Amino acid sequence: MTPRRRRLYWVLGIVAGVGLAAALALRAFQQNVMEYYDPTHIAAGEIMQGKRFTLGGMVEQGSLKRTPGSLDVSFVVTDFRHSIPVRYDKVLPDLFREGAGMVAHGRLDASGTFIADEVLAKHDEKYMPPEVARSLAAGKEGAH
Amino acid sequence: MIVELGHYALILALLLAAAQAFFGLAGPALARERWFGAAPSAAAGQLVFLALATTVLVHAFIEDDFSVRYVAENSNSALPLFYRIAALWGAHEGSLLLWIDVLSLWTIAVVARLRFLPPAFGTRVLGVLGIISFGFLAFTLFTSDPFVRLTPPVPDGNDLNPVLQDFALAIHPPILYTGYVGFSVSFAFACAAMIEGRRDQLWARWMRPWTVIAWAFLAWGIALGSWWAYYELGWGGFWFWDPVENASFMPWLVGTALIHSLAVTDKRGLFKSWTLLLAVAAFSLSLLGTFLVRSGVLVSVHSFAADPRRGIFILGFLIIMIGGALTLYAWRAPRMVSQAGFELVSREAFLLFNNLLLVIAATVVFGGTMAPLIAGTLHLGTLSVGPPYFNPSFLVPVLPLLALLSLGIHARWRRGGLRESRRRLLVSFAFSLVLALALVFGVYAHPLPLTPIGAVLGVWIILSSLIDPLDRLRRGIRVPAAILGMAIAHIGLGMFVLGITFVQSNTLERDIALKPGGSVTLAGYNFRFDGVQNIEGPNYEGLRGTVTVTSDGKPVTVLHPEKRRFWVQGSVQTTAAIADGLHRDLLASLGDDVGAGAYSLRFQYRPLIRFVWLGAFIMAMGGVTVVFGRRQRGAGWAEAAQPSTVAADTGSA
Repeated sequence: MTPRRRRLYWVLGIVAGVGLAAALALRAFQQNVMEYYDPTHIAAGEIMQGKRFTLGGMVEQGSLKRTPGSLDVSFVVTDFRHSIPVRYDKVLPDLFREGAGMVAHGRLDASGTFIADEVLAKHDEKYMPPEVARSLAAGKEGAH
Repeated sequence: MIVELGHYALILALLLAAAQAFFGLAGPALARERWFGAAPSAAAGQLVFLALATTVLVHAFIEDDFSVRYVAENSNSALPLFYRIAALWGAHEGSLLLWIDVLSLWTIAVVARLRFLPPAFGTRVLGVLGIISFGFLAFTLFTSDPFVRLTPPVPDGNDLNPVLQDFALAIHPPILYTGYVGFSVSFAFACAAMIEGRRDQLWARWMRPWTVIAWAFLAWGIALGSWWAYYELGWGGFWFWDPVENASFMPWLVGTALIHSLAVTDKRGLFKSWTLLLAVAAFSLSLLGTFLVRSGVLVSVHSFAADPRRGIFILGFLIIMIGGALTLYAWRAPRMVSQAGFELVSREAFLLFNNLLLVIAATVVFGGTMAPLIAGTLHLGTLSVGPPYFNPSFLVPVLPLLALLSLGIHARWRRGGLRESRRRLLVSFAFSLVLALALVFGVYAHPLPLTPIGAVLGVWIILSSLIDPLDRLRRGIRVPAAILGMAIAHIGLGMFVLGITFVQSNTLERDIALKPGGSVTLAGYNFRFDGVQNIEGPNYEGLRGTVTVTSDGKPVTVLHPEKRRFWVQGSVQTTAAIADGLHRDLLASLGDDVGAGAYSLRFQYRPLIRFVWLGAFIMAMGGVTVVFGRRQRGAGWAEAAQPSTVAADTGSA
C-alpha cells in the first residue's frame, strides 16, 4: 500500500465514522426532541392521541384537587383562551403553585385529559419558562 | 466612600490590563526588550487593584451595605456570614469579577514561571492574557458594574437565592472558574506560538502542565456542581443535560481532547495545527459558557432585550477573540505543519481516534444545547431537548472511545503496536469479562441492554490501566509521574463508567403517600415514615420528617428530609435526606401534605452513585499527579527545552 493510498483509506474511514455518528445523532434528535404545545394548539386538534409532548401554561386558580391521602392530583392548565385538565400521580415540584407557570411531559387520553408523567421543577421561583410566557402573552392578547 | 474606592480600583485594573496587553504584544513585535518587563509589572499591579476591589465588595456584603445595588439584590441581614461572602459570586456582576480575579491569579502564576519560557514568548503570553483581562474588565465596568449605588438605599436586601445557600455551591464557582479561566492560559500559549510561527514543538511542552491543571479544576468543578444538584435540588437527579451544565461540560470534553493531542505534539511533533485549533476551541467554549450561563440567554432568548448593550458587547468580544485567533490560525498554522508518519496501530493513531471521538461527543452536546436557542431565535417553533436525545447520542462516540482506551494505552508510539502487550490485554479483558458479568448478573441483576457493556468497559479500563505501573513495580523500576498520573486518571474514568452504568441501570425510585407509621420496601430496604415536626432555621422555617430505614429488621439509618420555606423570598425548597455509602445511597424527600394526615414522599435507592463523583475526582487527581509529581527542573527555559529523558518519553499520553 502506498502512503498516498493509505492516507486515502484513513480519510475515508474517518469520514464514514463521522457520517455514521452524525446520522445516528440526528435520528436520536428527530425521535426524541419533544414538541411544545399550549392549550390553544390542543383545542385546535393539532395533537394525535397517544403522542408524547410537552404542555405549558398557567395552573388555573382554584383548580388543584387532591384525592386525600394519595398522590393523585388534578388541575387545569390554561393559556387564557383555552384550558385543559391534567392528571398526575407523582410528587409535585416545589415551585408548583396555582397561578404560576408550569411545564409537563405526557400524553392525551381518549377523554382529552392530559396524563402527565413528569411535571418540571424549575430552579427559581421568579422564572417563567419562556415558551409559557409567550403562550400566556398570546393568550391575553387573543382574549381581548 | 469605600465602595467608590473599590470602583476606582477596578478602573485602574482596566488601565493596567491595557498596559499589559500593549507591552506584552508590542514589546516582542518591535523587538524592544526594555518593554518586556512592563507586562509582568502591569499584571502584578492588576492583581493588587483587583484584590482591593474584591475586598471592598466583600466588605459591603459583610457590613450589609444595602446602598450597593448588587448587595441589596443578593444578600440579606439574616443571611449567615459565610453565604454573605459567597453571595459575591451569586449573580452576574459578581461572578464576572470572580472570573477576572481568577484570570489575574493564573496570570501571576505564569509570571512566576516566566523564567522557564523564552523572554519574547512569555511576554507575548502575558500580552494575550492582558487582552482577555481587558475585555472582561471593560464588560464589567461598562455593562455589569457591581459597584453601582442604589438611591435611595433599601432597608434590607432581597436575599441570596435559597438554592445557592449551600457549602458545595458556595465553593463551586471559584473551582469551576479556575478550570474555565485556565483554558485562557492554553489559549494565550497557542496564540503566542502562532504569532511567532514557531516551527518547533516546544510550545506544546510549555503549554501542557497549564492545560492539565485547568482541565483538572474543570472536572472538579463539574463534579461538585453535579453533587450539589443531587442533594440540594432535593429529588436525587445528578445530571440533567441542562444548558448550564452543558456549558461547562463542552469545554471539558474539548479540553480532554486537547491534553491528549498535546501529548502527541510534545512527544512526536505531530497534530500541531490540530492542537492549536483545540486550544482555541476550548477557550472559545469557556467564553461562550461563561457568557451564556450568566447572561441568561439560555433561559430566555429575549433576556438580551433587557440590556441589549450586554448582548452586543458579548457578541463583539466573542467575534474579536475567536475571529482573531482563527485568522491568526489560518495565517500561521500552514507553516507549522509536521512531516512525520505513523501507522494505523500506534499510539498516535489511537490518540487521533480519541480526539475525533471526543470532538464528536462535544459536537453532540453542542447541537443539543444550541438547537432550542437557534430554533427560538429563528422562530422555528419551541423545542425541548433533554436526556432522551443526549443519552443515546452521547454514547455513540463515547462507547468506542472507552473500548479503544485500553488498547491505546498499550500501543507503542510510531509503529508496531500491540504485539508485545497482546497477552496481557487478553488476560485483563478475560478477567474484566468475568468480574463485570458477575457484578451485572450476580450482584445487581435486572440489567438493561447496555449494562454488561458498561460494566465490562469500566472494569477493563481499570485493570488495563494497572498493568503498566504494576509491571514496573514488580521489576523494581520507579514509576514516572507521567505514567502514574495517566493510570490514576484512567482508573478514575473506569470508576466513573461503573458508577454511571449501575446508577442508570439499577436505581429504584418510588413516589408514595404515607401516613405516619406507613412504610414501603425498596431493594430490600424498608422505609418507615414516622411523621413530621416543625423546625426553624436562621432565615427559614419548615417541616422535618423522620424516616426510619431497616434492612431485614436491623436498623440501617434514620433520615430527616426537610421542606424549608425561606422568609425573604418566600420560596419553598425540598432538602433530601441522604444516607450515603460507597455501594449505595438511600434518599428520602418530603413532598406536600396531601390530606387525610398523609404526606407525599419520594424514596430512592441509587447503587454506586458515589463512584460517579469519586471517579471524576480521581481522574482530575491523575492530572495533578502528572504535573506536580514531576521532578522540578530548577534551571531556566534553555535547559528545560532540552529533549526529554527516556523515562518520560515512554508514557504520559
